[in-house]
Amino acid sequence: MADMRVSLCGIELDNPVIPASGTFGYGYEFAELYDINVLGTFSFKGTTREPRFGNPTPRIAECTAGLINSVGLQNPGVEKVIEEELPKLANVFHKKVMANVSGFSVDDYVYSCEKLDKCEQVGWLEVNVSCPNVHGGGMSFGTSPEAAAEVTRAVKAVCRKPVIIKLSPNVTDIVSIALACQEAGADGISLINTLLGMRIDLKTRRPVVANRTGGFSGPAIFPVALRMVYQVAQAVKVPVIGVGGVSSAENVIEMMLAGATAVEVGAANLTRPYACRDIIKELPAAMEKYDISSLRDIIGGAIHG
Amino acid sequence: MRQGIFQIIENLPLARDIMSLRLGGDTGAIVRPGQFVNIQVEDCFLRRPLSVCDWDGDSLTVVYRIAGRGTELLAKMKNGSLDVLTGLGNGFNTALSGDRPLLIGGGLGFTPLYALAKNLIKEGKKVQVILGFASKEQAVYVDKFKALGCEVTVCTEDGSLGLKGYVTRAMEGLDYSHFYTCGPEAMFKAVSDCSLTSGQFSFEQRMGCGFGACMGCSCETLYGVKRICKEGPVLMKEEIKWRT
Repeated sequence: MADMRVSLCGIELDNPVIPASGTFGYGYEFAELYDINVLGTFSFKGTTREPRFGNPTPRIAECTAGLINSVGLQNPGVEKVIEEELPKLANVFHKKVMANVSGFSVDDYVYSCEKLDKCEQVGWLEVNVSCPNVHGGGMSFGTSPEAAAEVTRAVKAVCRKPVIIKLSPNVTDIVSIALACQEAGADGISLINTLLGMRIDLKTRRPVVANRTGGFSGPAIFPVALRMVYQVAQAVKVPVIGVGGVSSAENVIEMMLAGATAVEVGAANLTRPYACRDIIKELPAAMEKYDISSLRDIIGGAIHG
Repeated sequence: MRQGIFQIIENLPLARDIMSLRLGGDTGAIVRPGQFVNIQVEDCFLRRPLSVCDWDGDSLTVVYRIAGRGTELLAKMKNGSLDVLTGLGNGFNTALSGDRPLLIGGGLGFTPLYALAKNLIKEGKKVQVILGFASKEQAVYVDKFKALGCEVTVCTEDGSLGLKGYVTRAMEGLDYSHFYTCGPEAMFKAVSDCSLTSGQFSFEQRMGCGFGACMGCSCETLYGVKRICKEGPVLMKEEIKWRT
């Protein structure tokens, strides 16, 4: 019997599969399609202090084995999320959810995290210091170890629940940023957010997305994400969530061998609405094929060997 | 929304760069004209969202323009199967049509209006249709609308068929109870400005998922943010926030 359970910052997950923030809304579009309680958990749409429309459209561009998005953190704001989205979610999802939070100042992060930390449904806070689509916010905190540590420290001071910092790959040395977050009290690290990218329309000779550049995700970035997970997992002691281009049960296993305790699935949800359910279904057979009886046992298996 | 495998029944050119694709499969999720499907094309990452032009119990038709790599690849498929999400979007509200609805299509914007016309005729409405095209060569589906029993006026930009000029020229002096339109956004504002009644506009936007998950296609309306793929693609005239 394949044992898929993992423990993420002290909370047990039935399996390590987690839909990534921004690809799963607040859950109920998918709950109309399948019982989302099969998931380990999911990370809900990046939430900010104030409501945000996000960037102008078009916000989406096709790429080889992936897409660019420049949504820019569209969300109804933390108050509405707590008053409206979470109660709706409670009807369809009975596990702890991961609250994904973004901000434009340390105060913003603290404000939103403190409120979400008090919600019973929230199991973890995933603090996004890595959104490439908003100017003056998000990623600027994730591109310097000092700023990332400052956000981590401030959020940790007001939260009782595990705080996971989501890192940007658009940096020279991701390991130093991960270490700074750990030093500042982070309970976990998730990586990677999207890679900054762009496409140009040959007919109009203009960038495809109105914001000109956007975040590149999808299977094309899997090797980059895997490499960064491998580097960070070797350096830190806290659990790592592997994110980036994961599309199959085999990818999940590969991420875990690189050192991930749990794995987020992003872009795959957009083209294959049943992707996470299918990956969870396929995991036992993939485990058997590679002679794995318990997923816990393979975490970081490629690091020491 | 439903995901299903559809067989290609036919995929034929109607005019230069305009294709008609008929697919066989479970159409049970399609409940209103104006809804769309999202088709996975091999070797493309994102699906291609296309309006349903017509459907019955076990087949559906989409009409599309070869406009980029995805539709180029799709146009080459003559048989085999496709992974399709069906029943996407809100679709048109036929309850608001009144007894003399006007349907206004610009270019390929006629596609969702065809199924709508069929529905309205079935409900006993007197359906007037204005179809605008660049030229006679692009003017497809005119006879099909006529065969349904619609009163059809054609406009072409170059005057090679019907009235010379834009669809708004044909709207002048018409008596109608409600209107439905689909076409380029530049046409929408002009249609809205010269319209005499309430109406419904079917919008288009680049989409990531097509079912409300990614927020890629959102737009601001006078009544809050809406996702074109989920709360749209059809918006009421009274809620549209025109881009200035």
